[in-house]
Amino acid sequence: MSTHTRTVKGLLGTKLGMTQVWDANNRVVPVTVIAAGTNVVTQIRRPETDGYAAVQIGFGEIEARKVSKPKAGHFDKAGVTPRRHVVELRTGDAGDYELGADIGPDIFSAGDVIDVSGTSRGKGFAGVMKRHGFHGVGASHGAHRNHRKPGSIGGCATPGRVFKGLRMAGRMGSDTVTTQNLRVHSVDVERGLILVKGAVPGPKGGLVVIRSGAKAKVAAS
Amino acid sequence: MANIIDELASATARTDIPEFRAGDNLKVHVRVIEGTRSRVQIFQGVCIRIQGSGIGRTFTVRKISFGVGVERTFPLHTPIIEKIEVVTRGDVRRAKLYYLRNLRGKAAKIKEKRDVVPTR
Repeated sequence: MSTHTRTVKGLLGTKLGMTQVWDANNRVVPVTVIAAGTNVVTQIRRPETDGYAAVQIGFGEIEARKVSKPKAGHFDKAGVTPRRHVVELRTGDAGDYELGADIGPDIFSAGDVIDVSGTSRGKGFAGVMKRHGFHGVGASHGAHRNHRKPGSIGGCATPGRVFKGLRMAGRMGSDTVTTQNLRVHSVDVERGLILVKGAVPGPKGGLVVIRSGAKAKVAAS
Repeated sequence: MANIIDELASATARTDIPEFRAGDNLKVHVRVIEGTRSRVQIFQGVCIRIQGSGIGRTFTVRKISFGVGVERTFPLHTPIIEKIEVVTRGDVRRAKLYYLRNLRGKAAKIKEKRDVVPTR
C-alpha cells in the first residue's frame, strides 16, 4: 500500500490542564499544557517484514514487576526500559528512525499544525438530549412525564421495525476523540512540555497522542 | 501535575499590581501601540467588578465619557498595563457594582472610604 507514505511526526504525552499565556502582541492565548517527556522507539515496522511502514513509540513510567514477560521481552529487544503506553504511528519515513532512540518534544516547534487524540471523559448511560442533542419534549402544555424523551422512533406497520443506527440513549463518552488543526504555541524542551493553543480531548492526566496535522497544508494557507 | 500549571501561570503573573477592590477609583495606565509608536493612555474610572482567580483574573473599570458610560475589562496580569493607581477607595457594600449602570450624575457617585477613627 502506498497510501501511507505521508510522513507523520508523533509523540505521546499526558494532558496536565489548561492555563493562559500572552503572545507577542500581548493577547491572551488559551493553552493546554501537555507533558510529553521522553518517548522511545520500541519497534520499527517495515513494509518488507510487516507489510506497512510505522514506528512504535513508548511513553510513561511503569514498575518493572508490573510488566508482563512478553512485553518485557519486547522492550528488551529495543534495549529500553519498559514503558506504560505503546502506540504505533504510520509514517512513510519509518526507516529513518533508530530502534531505542529517544524522541523529545523538540520534534515540534512553535506554530506547527498538529492533531491531538485523547479519550473523552466517560458520561455513563446518557439520554438522547445529552448524547445526541435532541430537543426533548415540551416543558408544559400537558406534556406528561416525557420531557427528556426522544419522541417517535419510527413508523408503525410500515416499516414495522426500528431502523438500524437510530440514535437512542446509551453509553456516552470514553471515545477516542481527535481535535484537528491545533497549533503549537511553544515547546519547553527542558521540562518536556508542549503548550498547545486551544483545548484537547480528555481529562487532566489523560494520555494524548500528538501527531503532525493531517490537514496542515489547508490550515496553514 | 498542577504545580507545573501554577508555575507557568506565575511566570507571567505580575507582582506590581496594587491591591484594590470594587468601588475604588482607578487610574489604569494602558500601553497603546499606534503603528510603530507606543504611548501610554490613562483610563480612569470606578472598578465595578473583579472576577476570576489566578492568572485569568480580570477587572472592569467604568467611566462616563462625554455622557456615555464606557466599561473596559482588563486581565489583571496583562502586560499592556503599565501601572494601576488607586485614586480613592470606595465605601461600597457589594462586590459587583452593576447598579451603577442604572444611575447617573450625583446618584452614581461612590462615597469615599474613611478609615475608622476610634472615638476618644
